[in-house]
Amino acid sequence: MIGFFKKNKEKHEIRKDQGASADRGILVFEHTSDVIQAENALKKSGWSVRVMGPPPEIRTGCDLVIEFPLIEELNIRRELKQVRIEPLSVVPVTAPLLEPVDLFHSKDFGDFLMVRAANMKITVAKEDLTIVNISGGGCPDVPYLAQEMVGKTLADAPRPRDLGHTLCGYALELACEELRRKC
Amino acid sequence: MLGIVGTVPDLQFPLCHGPARLIDGRLNIGGRDIPINRGTPALLAAALKAAEWMGGGEEVYAFLVGDIGVGEGSRKLYAFLASHLPELEFEALTFHYIQPDVDWHVKVLFAVESMRQRPILIADAGFMYAAKMSGQAASYDFFTPDVGELAFLADELAPHPFYTRGFILHQNNKVPDLIRRAYQHDNAPAHLVVKGQPDYITCGNQVVATVDQPSFAAMEAIGGTGDTLTGLLTVLCAAAFSRTDAAVLAAKANRWAGYYADPGPATQVIELIETIPQALAKVMEQYQKEKTHG
Repeated sequence: MIGFFKKNKEKHEIRKDQGASADRGILVFEHTSDVIQAENALKKSGWSVRVMGPPPEIRTGCDLVIEFPLIEELNIRRELKQVRIEPLSVVPVTAPLLEPVDLFHSKDFGDFLMVRAANMKITVAKEDLTIVNISGGGCPDVPYLAQEMVGKTLADAPRPRDLGHTLCGYALELACEELRRKC
Repeated sequence: MLGIVGTVPDLQFPLCHGPARLIDGRLNIGGRDIPINRGTPALLAAALKAAEWMGGGEEVYAFLVGDIGVGEGSRKLYAFLASHLPELEFEALTFHYIQPDVDWHVKVLFAVESMRQRPILIADAGFMYAAKMSGQAASYDFFTPDVGELAFLADELAPHPFYTRGFILHQNNKVPDLIRRAYQHDNAPAHLVVKGQPDYITCGNQVVATVDQPSFAAMEAIGGTGDTLTGLLTVLCAAAFSRTDAAVLAAKANRWAGYYADPGPATQVIELIETIPQALAKVMEQYQKEKTHG
């Protein structure tokens, strides 16, 4: 059994190296929530994938795509089929993709700590990590996420990656992760 | 009449439109009760409080649909507006939380251009993102971004604030540079009201006013303070004020609403909405004094 896990890990490390040098493709999905689920599933299985912005020609609005090693398309499609997520299309990457924001700002209010990722801000009480406010954002899942999360602790609140559907929801997930790292 | 377009975080909420009312501290549209948290309900509640205080019986007409981010409700709302706006008349029309969609945004803008009288157009939140993304920012009278969203407007390549490039995000403390860059790439409307410390108000590509008092750092953490500012702006710019004066008064009133609510990072936006009448009384008194004494 231990031998199997070792082999599996090695296999994924090889894949990771391949991803850095081989041609890349993008998986396009109907909804951002599908992207988030697909990213979760693929990362859990050790695939080297990144959430990125789509190229202008396939951009419709509140979009995310998954960048992956193109050579692994069949394997990745198979993996996604197992979790019942079907990409709308697979497109080779021909130009640099937009990278999601990776800068975080935090503000210390004494008893409270606020973290901002892109346009989303989340504030918790330091004493018990209760989420006291969520602000910023412009997509319709933001008021919904605020409604579901405010008043709960960071540990008990639902995760934006599970309830969110848009880039604002994804940015809030990043802000939550940063808060968890800090607290 | 003032028009306000947006979403509520309830999948079961159908597309509805009609005059909005505040009844016992809750928002009511066509007999439907809506809790006032952040988002478009907060904007509507702030606008209703302000319109009531201003007198004159200005009606606030809402177009709402339930959407929790999947976009289905938003698309129904876009389609309704594209079909029906040409039949309607508003002094000001404010677009708010909605799933950004470039194609639908353009259709709605075409419908606005077909209205008998073009209203003052204000865009905030998702609708502002769609307006910038579609390259139509200049068609609007006001955008009300915060500093993070201003960086997105300033980045000519970013389709959403989530993709704002790092070298632009790093200019957080250089708001005038971001404003210049947004106008340089035609990604700003006639006026910007940038929510921050201070608030910046522009006319064309010039900063014409800043508002920094009273100041509470905690306001940044409170979800909905941008929504209340946009609600105040909607009412004031449809009243007999110049666009710049309306923007300055809205920014001041929003800050005074904070002052009277004694805000902390855990304050909820409804507490600020309740103080809007006091806040407006304060800023209007100051405004009259300034006008009298030059």
